[in-house]
Amino acid sequence: MAQADQALLSTPLADRHRALGARMVEFAGWSMPVQYSGILEEHRAVRTRAGLFDLSHMGELFAEGAEAARALGYALVSDPGSLKVGRAHYSMICFPQGGVLDDLIVYRLSDERFMIVANASNSAAVSDALADRFDGFRVVLDDRSLATALVAIQGPLALRILAPLTDVAVADLHYYAIAEGSVAGIPALVARTGYTGEDGFEVFAEVGSAGTIWDALMAAGRAGGLIPVGLGARDTLRLEAGMPLYGNELGPDTTPYEAGLGRVVKLGKEGDFVGRAALEKAEAEGPRKKLVGLLVRGRGIARHGYEVFAGDRRTGIVTSGTLSPTLGEPIAMAYVAPSDAQPGTILEVGIRDQRVPAEVVALPFYRRAT
Amino acid sequence: MAQDLRYTKEHEWVRVEGDLAIVGVTDYAARQLGDIVFVELPEVGRKLSQFGAVGVIESVKAVSDLFAPVSGDVVEANGELASSPELVNADPFGKGWMLRIRMADPGQLNNLLERAAYEELTREG
Repeated sequence: MAQADQALLSTPLADRHRALGARMVEFAGWSMPVQYSGILEEHRAVRTRAGLFDLSHMGELFAEGAEAARALGYALVSDPGSLKVGRAHYSMICFPQGGVLDDLIVYRLSDERFMIVANASNSAAVSDALADRFDGFRVVLDDRSLATALVAIQGPLALRILAPLTDVAVADLHYYAIAEGSVAGIPALVARTGYTGEDGFEVFAEVGSAGTIWDALMAAGRAGGLIPVGLGARDTLRLEAGMPLYGNELGPDTTPYEAGLGRVVKLGKEGDFVGRAALEKAEAEGPRKKLVGLLVRGRGIARHGYEVFAGDRRTGIVTSGTLSPTLGEPIAMAYVAPSDAQPGTILEVGIRDQRVPAEVVALPFYRRAT
Repeated sequence: MAQDLRYTKEHEWVRVEGDLAIVGVTDYAARQLGDIVFVELPEVGRKLSQFGAVGVIESVKAVSDLFAPVSGDVVEANGELASSPELVNADPFGKGWMLRIRMADPGQLNNLLERAAYEELTREG
């Protein structure tokens, strides 16, 4: 995390954001666009057409070597060695005590080369932890976060806009797959991943050429209604899609099981991994709290940090909340006692001086038609 | 930005009509909040004291208090904002108005900012 007196990091697209009228905010030590035309409009563009995101603040770490798969299997809770080349999976890196250090996407680029994408706020900590945990394995860690730009195109028109600009067979690229090629003539990695609940792609390239890729996608998408989308709508999109955000739903005091992400932890994989003993215990004992979706049945928005009640008993706390642009209703995610986590349960959220009823619902709030 | 208005440091504007103060939030506030989705206003007849919190403005991203720029009684609250809170973003100085307050002490207007001082306050650094 950057100190207040340090200059903010700037993405290679910062001038473009300002020219597009973006409001820039500090986020994880970076100056990032939070919105351009407005969160609601940007959100709807991604749900119905397409949106373009600058995610150059994310961390890109490369692990390469004969034992890269084994080293990652020790460092992370998932089993990257089980990935086929060109495929990716959602993963986490946990503390020895079982809490989450960060959630990640791991891409297998070749037998001996992986890319790990980390949250901007945790990128340095993940890099340090991997360096530490790789000790003794034949693997080299290359933190290319500052040298790598990430542009995401998300939404139902993403494929049609991207396809003519790339030599990657994007129409045949599976969800959670990645391929090397070029976009707008620039060498890039193209992955079918995202954080919006829509179809879409993430394009990784050297920072120096990010502008060319951004401009080409903007130009190709404009007629179809593609617009730039900031971090504000990224948050409402991921929340509707029921995806966790580190610092809200995930953190050092939360295990993957409590977050409803136990499937990510591969206790059956070979060998030890950091956090194994604690996670085996957590799995056996069952969660102390459970992440749920809430539909707020009243006025007002249940926001991060608001308390949740079951009758007079405080049962938990809201981790994220917004007005769902798609549903037109206030939605939230919250940690509650496991006994209060059954869908259909009516709880209450303390919104300022009122208790507002909220119904526990299964996540996600939004699933795209397929 | 209209000339004849007074402003608060909390980004509200006040237009004086006789002993009435019409109150809303500025375009700067609307821009900073982003898409406003919910406005909670005090009921008619409620007595307000200057700079006290009297309502709530929620945008997709944030929640923010509405303060009374002057003391007085609420004569009218903009009921249209219940169903169309987006009027605050679209027309903050017009259809997005929030309250009509019968001022208890028009002298309190001297505690508010003139346009130039408010513009100084909101100059983007």
